[in-house]
Formats: sequence, C-alpha cells, structure tokens
Amino acid sequence: MIEIKNVSRTYSDGQHTEALRDVSLEIRRGEFLSLTGPSGCGKTSLLRLIAGLDSPQDGELLMEGRAIDSPCHERGYVFQQAALFPWKTVEENIAFGLRARRVYREKKRLVGEYLSLVGLDGFSKSYPHELSGGMVQRAAIARALINGPKVLLLDEPLGALDAFTRIELQNVIREIWRKTATTVVLVTHDVDEAIYLSDRIAVMTPRPGRISEILTVNLPAGRDRDSEDFIGLRRTMLRKLTINN
Amino acid sequence: MDRNKKYWKPKSNLWFFLAVTALAAALATDVLVPNVQETDTLYYQAVLAASIAVLLILFGIPVFSSGLGGRLYHYSQFIAAAGLFLTFLDLLTTKSNILKLPFFPGPARIVEVLFTERGMLLVCTAHSLRLFFAGLAGGVVLGIVTGVLTGWNRQWNYWLFPVIKVAGVIPPVAWIPLALVVFPSSFYAGIFLLTVASWFTIAFMVSTGIASTPKEYFEASRTLGADERYLLFHVAIPNAAPNIFTGIVTSAGMCFMMLVITEMIGAKAGLGWYINWAKAWASYDKVYASIVIMGVAFCIILAVINVFRSYFLRWQRGIVQ
Ligand SMILES: Nc1ncnc2c1ncn2[C@@H]1O[C@H](COP(=O)(O)OP(=O)(O)OP(=O)(O)O)[C@@H](O)[C@H]1O
Ligand SMILES: [Mg+2]
Repeated sequence: MIEIKNVSRTYSDGQHTEALRDVSLEIRRGEFLSLTGPSGCGKTSLLRLIAGLDSPQDGELLMEGRAIDSPCHERGYVFQQAALFPWKTVEENIAFGLRARRVYREKKRLVGEYLSLVGLDGFSKSYPHELSGGMVQRAAIARALINGPKVLLLDEPLGALDAFTRIELQNVIREIWRKTATTVVLVTHDVDEAIYLSDRIAVMTPRPGRISEILTVNLPAGRDRDSEDFIGLRRTMLRKLTINN
Repeated sequence: MDRNKKYWKPKSNLWFFLAVTALAAALATDVLVPNVQETDTLYYQAVLAASIAVLLILFGIPVFSSGLGGRLYHYSQFIAAAGLFLTFLDLLTTKSNILKLPFFPGPARIVEVLFTERGMLLVCTAHSLRLFFAGLAGGVVLGIVTGVLTGWNRQWNYWLFPVIKVAGVIPPVAWIPLALVVFPSSFYAGIFLLTVASWFTIAFMVSTGIASTPKEYFEASRTLGADERYLLFHVAIPNAAPNIFTGIVTSAGMCFMMLVITEMIGAKAGLGWYINWAKAWASYDKVYASIVIMGVAFCIILAVINVFRSYFLRWQRGIVQ
C-alpha cells in the first residue's frame, strides 16, 4: 500500500545531520507495523516523510502507486507531543478534520462515536489543559481517526505515559485497529509494546537510520505478555537492538 | 486555606466594619465641622451616606458568604483607606482652607459640581466616548487586518512590517499638525489621531502572535485536511487571540490619552475641551470633576474590553492566572 524506495534525508540547516540513508520498506494494507530503533535514529523523520510533512533528498515514497508529496487526511498523524489546539474543546479538536474538509453531515454523531471509541465520554467540553497526559493522547488519536484515514501514523503516542496508562492505551489502539481495519504504523521505543501490537516490526540502525531487520510476529490475536513465545521474541529483539548499537 | 486567587484578602468582619467606620468618619467630619470654603456639602454627604448604606445592605444579603462576599471583604481595606483619605482631605480643604482655593477645592465641592454641572458633563462625556470608540474601532480594524497580513504573508510582511515598526515608535502626538491641516473638522482629525495611536501597537501584537504559531499546529492541521485559508482562520488567528487582546488593551490606554490631548487642542466639545475651558475660568473644581469622570469612564471601558476578552479567551482559564 505504501512503498518507500531508497529514501535518504539529510538535514542541513545549522549542522549537517544525515538522518536517513537509503531506506526501503513496504507497508502492506491493513497491517500493524512497528518502527523501532535507538533514539535519534530517524524514526520521526521517516514517519514525517510518509505523512508528506517533509520530502526526501533521494528516493521516492508512493501510496497506492501515487507519489506522496504533501500531507493528506488519508494519512492520519499523531504527534510525539499530541499538538491538540489549546483553544478548542476536546469535541472541537476531534471535529477539526471534518470541519476543515467541510464535511458537516453526521458530524455530531461521528464525534460522539470517536469520543467513546477512545474512552473520552464525558470530556467533550473540556479543554486540553484540563486533561491528563493519557487523555490528551486519546483525543489526538480520535482527532486523526475521524477522517477515516487509510493509514494511521503514530509517533510514540504513549512515550510519555506511565506503565498503567500505557498498557490501557495499547489495548485501545489494538481495538481501534481491529474495528477500523486501517493500516497502522507505530513508532515505539518499547519492545513489549511492539511485540504486543504488531504484525511486523521494522528495526532501525543508529544514525544514519536504515532498516536493519524486519521481524514478523507470529503470535495469536489475544497476546499474552507472559507466554513462552512472547518472551522468546522479546529476547531475540533485545539482542538485535544491542548488537546494532 | 483560601484558594481564591483573585479575592485573597482576609474574610474578616473587623476590616469590613473598619471600612464602614471610616466612611462614617468622613461623613461625620463633614457634618460636624463647620465649612471655611464655601460649598454646598449636601451632595457629598448624600454620596457618603449612600455608600455606607450600600455596604451595609450587601453585608446583610444572606448569600454574602459566596462570590459577592469575597469581593466585599477583599475591598474592605481599600475602602477603609479611602474613607480616611477623604476625611483628611475634607479637613485640609473645605474645613480649613489650608490647601487654598481655587486650586484645591474639597471633595464636597467636586461632588457638588458633578451634580450641578451634570448636563454639561454628560454631553461632554458622550462626545468623548463617541470619538474614543470611533478612533479605537478604526485602530482595531486596521491593526488586525494589517497585523494578520504581515504575520501571515511574507510579501505583505516585507513591505508593511518595517512601516508598522517605525510608525509604532513615533509618538502619535507628532501627527497633530498634519491632522489639523488635512481633516475638515476636529472630529475627523481626532478619529485619525486616535486610530494612529492604536493601529500600530495592535498590528505589531497581532503580527507577532500569528508568526509565533507553533509549527506543530500547522502540521497537525495539514494532516487533518485543512487548506491554507482554514489554517489562517482556525489556527493562526486563534493562536494570536491573546496577543490581539493585549494589543487592544494597551492601545486603549494610548487612545484615551490621545483623546484628551486632541480635545484640549482642537475640539469644541468633550471632556478635554471642558478641562481647558474650566481652567480658563480658574474653575479647578470642574477640572477635577472631569478628571474623576475620565477615571471612572476609562475603568468602565477596560471592564467592557475585559468582558469580551474573558469570553474569547475562556480556554485560557487555568493556563494563565
Ligand atoms: N528539523 C530538523 N533539523 C535538523 N536536524 C533534525 C531535524 N529533525 C531531526 N533532526 C535530526 O535528525 C536525527 C533523527 O531525528 P528523529 O527525530 O527522526 O529521531 P527519532 O528516531 O525520532 O528519535 P527519538 O526516538 O528520540 O524521537 C537526529 O539526529 C536529529 O537531531
Ligand atoms: Mg522521534
């Protein structure tokens, strides 16, 4: 569905940073793909390229055969820091995509639906600063989902959360993926999170980032973090990450 | 533990009764001590008595302990000080002429003028307010339009922003000679000067507010399907809203100053003109009366602006104190 072909990205404002070198990756329709690697290896850079927020110096990115050259509501994006609009209520934040595209039909129903999908019923009239970190991320996910994107790009949405909230939200994301059948690309540092959620895990090398390995997770749908297979996979992955470093 | 940040003074009945006592002292002083300056003190006494009555009634209202009460307690200390100040001022002026007429009429005399000259004062206030709002409205509209253009579009920014920056540092009084020549009447000259006094400050604030919109907001909006126009009206301008209001409040002060100045030099009406006219007759009581009106009027203007501000910036409640 999305093809990334020999993409390179070097930042040259200020100092010269080669963030991505010759990255190739294919993202399949409907899959849950995690992107992981050490800090600063270019995960955000790659996700921004996929979103169309940035363009590569070399190589090309295609979605359904067409070049990705600008952001589009078909590729939903959730930022590392949620970037909710502080002057809008949760409800208005979530409705933003619909209003921006002038889709007013069924707005109310859709907003209500996505509010409950992420478990924010009762907070529709709150402003972002009145929410906890986890709730802010829930709202940001709902805001991206309401456009019915073909791909949902998540940049460490759970990175700043405590372990409890994290696990809770992992289940929310899993449910959403199951219900909406969108393709999901999740950037994460957390090995458990990647194994728990993904069909495939792309591991990146330290800067300049490249895809060093793609692991396929062959675990059943209801994943148990304590099962033999899970623990085995975690051990393999940790070994790969440490070898790379 | 008192968590009310706005009305934080102690909720003490002692202070409240001191406030009432101070006003009563001011009243008693005026009633009991014979006048030296010639004044009809009845109006002053009536105002003091009415203030005391209002305070006592508010105190008696059963819901006293809620919002209103906090405010009343909060201002008690100030009211007490004001009562004392009036008492001494009355003694120094009306009651002794230590501070001499005509330059220092007593508070009783000023209150008297406020009542006896009310027709004239009302007309002048109306004139001033009309000019003020016309001028400020011009500044706000032009300021927001040029501010948005320069903050949003680099071509506009290139051509207009330096002009705004330079024009903003020129004191608006410098335009008076030009205004008097170019405009057919002092009223239009006044509008021009007030507009100039407010325009550039607002434009500057709006422009920086728009330009300082965090990049993530734009990026998030783009991934949600927003076009350029939508970004401007639903992201950049809301982000600049706090700045817009800061600009309006700041320039309202400059406008008010400019208002009085223009009325003092060119106009045939308004509070500024009234001050000049009264001064020519050495009626300092009238000068002070119009100063009092100006103070009260400007406070009301600021309060009105604040009502709009807290409505439009209601999302900021809890972020900024
Ligand atoms: N706009 C930019 N300008 C200059 N350098 C940048 C920019 N964005 C990223 N970089 C650099 O590119 C490299 C990769 O950054 P990126 O944000 O993609 O890493 P990351 O894998 O997402 O890291 P983290 O896990 O810490 O979020 C870093 O060295 C960073 O300093
Ligand atoms: Mg990152």
